[in-house]
Amino acid sequence: MMSLGPHAMAVLSAYAVSLLLLAVLIGASLRRDRRARRALEEAERDHG
Amino acid sequence: MSLWDYANPRKFLAVTTPLLPWLAAASALLVGSSLIWGFFFTPEAERFGSTVKIIYLHVPAALMAINAWLMMLVASLIWLVRRHHVSALAAKAAAPVGVTMTLIALATGAIWGQPTWGTWWVWDPRLTSFLILFLFYLGYIALWEAIEDPDTAADLTSVLCMVGSVFAILSRYAVRFWNQGLHQGTSVPVATGGRTVADVYFIPLAIGMVGFGVLFVWLVLLRTGSEIRARRTRALLARARRMPPVPLATEREA
Repeated sequence: MMSLGPHAMAVLSAYAVSLLLLAVLIGASLRRDRRARRALEEAERDHG
Repeated sequence: MSLWDYANPRKFLAVTTPLLPWLAAASALLVGSSLIWGFFFTPEAERFGSTVKIIYLHVPAALMAINAWLMMLVASLIWLVRRHHVSALAAKAAAPVGVTMTLIALATGAIWGQPTWGTWWVWDPRLTSFLILFLFYLGYIALWEAIEDPDTAADLTSVLCMVGSVFAILSRYAVRFWNQGLHQGTSVPVATGGRTVADVYFIPLAIGMVGFGVLFVWLVLLRTGSEIRARRTRALLARARRMPPVPLATEREA
């Protein structure tokens, strides 16, 4: 295991916060896209 | 074919949808390579110690936070001048990506500032202008959500975007304008080329900057597609509500 010295907490927390925010953004974008595609398919089938 | 042909929603979707998996893979590869290389295979810096590894997140995120707003400005101007709905929706789609990048830049900056400057936050010109940019992002997103009529929302958010552009530009050039505060100058000034980052850090950083750029393009195209589909769905449902119901066969015969 590599050593990050006395600033390990700062480095690890910066990576954790950033990766979490990116994961939330990507997850929300993909979920929103799936929902939009499904809703359009249903609307086109019923009313298109 | 003219560039404006892509302002047609169907054309836009037909061109961008096949690109999305490739952009997703490229951004994962580039951002992943940059972070793994930077985290595991670069040495500690004399001045910053191991905190230098935060640069691989902080600088690309800050760069994209500003560039996202400038992209929104261009898209907003296109909407105001040419009334292309896709451009307004692209600006709307970019805002959540931009606000996330701004939040990453602010959070990593605060975490980096504590061991380096001895404080999480100072009212330094660059930090303050970045915080105001963050607030403008929140206001922009809230304005889109608050107004029901999409064209009115696009008009008002475009004006807000133009006002906020002052802070996007200040965020980039604050250090040069005021020459004070704790934040150092730009690490990788593209215009002058006089970067202050050693090669050993610069190569993974450059890969990360490109990677965050590709990630931004992927997310904006994906979210713009979602906005176009959602608007098409609303239009179909609204049209269906206005149309009289089709009579059943038995009713017609009667």
